Amino acid sequence: MALLEVRDLSISFPGGSGRGSALSKAVDGVSFDVEAGQVAGLVGESGSGKSVTSLAVMGLLPHTARVSGSASFDGRDLLAVPERELEGVRGREVAMVFQDPMTSLNPVVTVGTQITEVLRRHTGASRRAARDEAGELLARVGIPAPVRRLREYPHQLSGGMRQRAMIAIALACSPKLLIADEPTTALDVTIQAQVLELMGDLVRERGTAMLLITHDLGVVAGLCDTVTVMYSGRVVERADRHELFARPRHRYTSGLLASVPRLDAPRGQRLQPIPGTPRDVIGWDAGCAFAPRCSAADDACRGTELPLVSDGARDRHLLRCAHPVPDQHDQHDQHDQHDQHDQQERSA
Amino acid sequence: MTAQTAGEPAAQDDVLLSARGVAVHYPGRGSVLRRPAPVRAVDGVDLDVRRGETYGLVGESGCGKSTLGRALLRLTEPTAGSIVLDGVDLRSLRPEPLRRARRQMQMVFQDPMASLDPRMDVEAAVAEPLRAHGLATGRGERGRRVRELLGLVGLPASAATRYPHEFSGGQRQRIGIARALAVEPSLVVADEPVSALDVSVQAQVLNLLEDLQTQLGLTYLLIAHDLAVVRHTSDRVGVMYLGGVVEEAASDDLYAQPLHPYTLSLMSAVPVPDPVVEDTRERILLTGDLPSPADPPSGCRFHTRCPFVQPTRCADERPVLRDLGMPGVGTPGRGPHRVACHWAEAVRDGQLRPNASAHDPAAAQPA
Amino acid sequence: MTQVSDALGPAAPTTPDPDAVGSGGLWHSAWRRLRRNPAAIAGAAIVALFLLVAVFAPLIAPGQPGVPLPNSGVTPSSVPGPSPGHPLGLDSPGTDLLTQLVYGARQSLLIGVVSTALGLAGGAVLGVLAGGLGGWVDVVVMRVVDILLSIPSLLLAVSVAAVLGQRPVSVMIAIAVAQVPIFARLLRGSMLAQRGSDYVLAVHSLGVRRRTVVMSHLLPNSLGPVIVQATLTLATAIIEVAALSYLGLGDSNPSTAEWGRMLVNAQSRLSTDPHLALWPGFCIAVTALGFTLFGEALREALDPKGRK
Repeated sequence: MALLEVRDLSISFPGGSGRGSALSKAVDGVSFDVEAGQVAGLVGESGSGKSVTSLAVMGLLPHTARVSGSASFDGRDLLAVPERELEGVRGREVAMVFQDPMTSLNPVVTVGTQITEVLRRHTGASRRAARDEAGELLARVGIPAPVRRLREYPHQLSGGMRQRAMIAIALACSPKLLIADEPTTALDVTIQAQVLELMGDLVRERGTAMLLITHDLGVVAGLCDTVTVMYSGRVVERADRHELFARPRHRYTSGLLASVPRLDAPRGQRLQPIPGTPRDVIGWDAGCAFAPRCSAADDACRGTELPLVSDGARDRHLLRCAHPVPDQHDQHDQHDQHDQHDQQERSA
Repeated sequence: MTAQTAGEPAAQDDVLLSARGVAVHYPGRGSVLRRPAPVRAVDGVDLDVRRGETYGLVGESGCGKSTLGRALLRLTEPTAGSIVLDGVDLRSLRPEPLRRARRQMQMVFQDPMASLDPRMDVEAAVAEPLRAHGLATGRGERGRRVRELLGLVGLPASAATRYPHEFSGGQRQRIGIARALAVEPSLVVADEPVSALDVSVQAQVLNLLEDLQTQLGLTYLLIAHDLAVVRHTSDRVGVMYLGGVVEEAASDDLYAQPLHPYTLSLMSAVPVPDPVVEDTRERILLTGDLPSPADPPSGCRFHTRCPFVQPTRCADERPVLRDLGMPGVGTPGRGPHRVACHWAEAVRDGQLRPNASAHDPAAAQPA
Repeated sequence: MTQVSDALGPAAPTTPDPDAVGSGGLWHSAWRRLRRNPAAIAGAAIVALFLLVAVFAPLIAPGQPGVPLPNSGVTPSSVPGPSPGHPLGLDSPGTDLLTQLVYGARQSLLIGVVSTALGLAGGAVLGVLAGGLGGWVDVVVMRVVDILLSIPSLLLAVSVAAVLGQRPVSVMIAIAVAQVPIFARLLRGSMLAQRGSDYVLAVHSLGVRRRTVVMSHLLPNSLGPVIVQATLTLATAIIEVAALSYLGLGDSNPSTAEWGRMLVNAQSRLSTDPHLALWPGFCIAVTALGFTLFGEALREALDPKGRK
């Protein structure tokens, strides 16, 4: 059993301008697992529902949101437990890192106090012991001169340092699950590389499970074991890392890959953009939400609801598409080797 | 994006924009006891942009690339240096001639929502530069020209009567491009034109810029933090760090053989959407943060974070750009491969290895 | 110079274009949304009601303003209550209260609107100079405004009224002068915030003249808070008229009815006949509410982000 099992998660918000009781669906029947010691990636653009999903798991949605389904964490359904119990879970067993560390750190309290506060609340350590451990944590996340940094306020740290401090706070109680929502989007690439390296090390060394939410396929390719692609509130494709990038089957996934300029691609190759914008969608109950932007869309994509099913014999590759990208058989052997190699590496 | 073959030797000398020693220093914040040190946002940059090419300026936040872009158009007043656009010395122009000179040089901004006046419909926004420069006079003529421009960037004529907030990010950026092209400029400075857009929409705008360049013979100065975008779109690339250009080369040469340690680490840090590549490549991780431009390190600006830093020269001698282009290695006709590093040859030939642990991270902290 | 012109094509005409930026669509849709907003309708209705009363005062009022009735029955300790012909009774000088109120609407609205319009105009000029041009103009204008602000507004109004003499127009100017720094400061701050925004830089980079940048971009985008302030100031202006009257610097003609003076006159009888103060107070409050509701709705309607 996976550490976190999300099943049939649906989230709706009361409709925009408030007249009538129309609900707008942000997330619709999403299911995924996060295994201990692994990184699960949740990929999508704005409006895909990826961030709302993580907030729902943490019980951080506004009260107006209607949530259904289950999020079973270590045997408990986080969507069903009372708020008080959830507070015990948050920070102690599940921690979260957000995109903008400045908004999630308290600006008038020193970094040291913010870390020791968490440590003392969850472990009951003495002030001095918590202080020492806070210093060790900052050193662990690669903050130079950690003892000095403990006395500083968030605004005195740079963006990269703040994000590290956030990660240090998130790690203060050795959580079993770390949810990172666009953790490096606000950072420069060289700093992003440092932070990603740090997070990868933590998962490998501590066996923490991580749910990484991002729009950046490059980040996913480097860090995630499994990848779940969301579009307009639903999962459209899921596969293991190598499988997904080698054989993207959904037209949205392959379209995204073809539209992103790659550093290692030869120049002069024209990008293949996806037409339209993520706002051009039709409802999932009227077919595939991606159909208005899809080059392969026909009548089979509209009118009927499409299920998320295994892609042929590959039962770890799930797909919601009536006309998937043709499979390129000649590449199979090569990538199966990669899969094996990858699994060996992880189990080692 | 090549409007004309970059290989033609004649094209090399046809410089549209030439900047020498451009600097932008802001007054810094001091205290009662200390005199404020100026913030050296841009500190002595030489730059040549050839007619018809795309010159990519890449760097991380705080490197001064946006300030440089604005200073080249005199939207931010440079504190030193000369800027010559098509034979006209921009720095000597008084306000009114400068205003008229803006017809030749236009800008595309990062955030298309913020750069359009929310109270103006698309027609008024796109017509504004026409009106300012006395082009397409008369209501009918102007309306016709606006629709033509909208068509050029792939928007329907019906967009003219709508307001910016009614469009998606990609469409708004198209409006911004149409507005910049209204006066038929020869140089377009595009400052992070796609970084505010959804991933699936970025390619649309990049392709549009490419098509417009071919169609209209435009020259681009593209400013971006995304090395992949710059590599894809630019003929030549300049890499900036802390107010100065540290390396400059043809895009292919720069990618094939980055010479400056900063370029090396920048390139190794850019994520590639391919797990096979990601698993095998070597990362050169930098330590510490960007130093403050108000108090830049002595000698080489990068030496506080450089994984190849040497005990001599780096800390006390500021390296200048020098040509390391090797016959047979660089693409012929693409011009020099210039790098500002004392040890570039040794780094290139593998005599020096990156060594992160030899470096005290605490020393890299800004004061 | 000629070389430059040649290189850059024909010089642009220096006269401003007659058909400046078309904002007809904006006002049109603002009007449409204003009509759908209940607060705007309520505000407009209140303002319209008082305007009608002011215009048709001679038809509505049962008597003549400022004319004490013979044998009014006013004693030092009481005033006559409502009676046929005097629905609200008489006030302390022995005039018909309703008549005074109706004619008071005329005077109070006139002074309020005119003085606020003058203050707004003066403040707008200074604010545009300071916020639009910046530099030393900004420094000079804002120092002048600071000096004006440092003088209590009533004291300023008193000085102006004293210099100009006791005429209705001097009251208006006095109040307007006191409002100028408020509007100037507000508009300048609002424009300064706009000046740093991307679209201003973008318009500047297009080669649009500074005058056009200020007048068709900075100013329209900065007016929102000023409009709301104007509606609030209108209410204050009516009260300041009262204060000036109380100090003997208002309109010297005792036959002119005006809410502020009624309020002042009612002061001495507040414990015995509170209705004398309540009625003009109520009128001032409701007028102020009407203007405020309408101003707030107008600001909302002019914000293009709310447009469907």
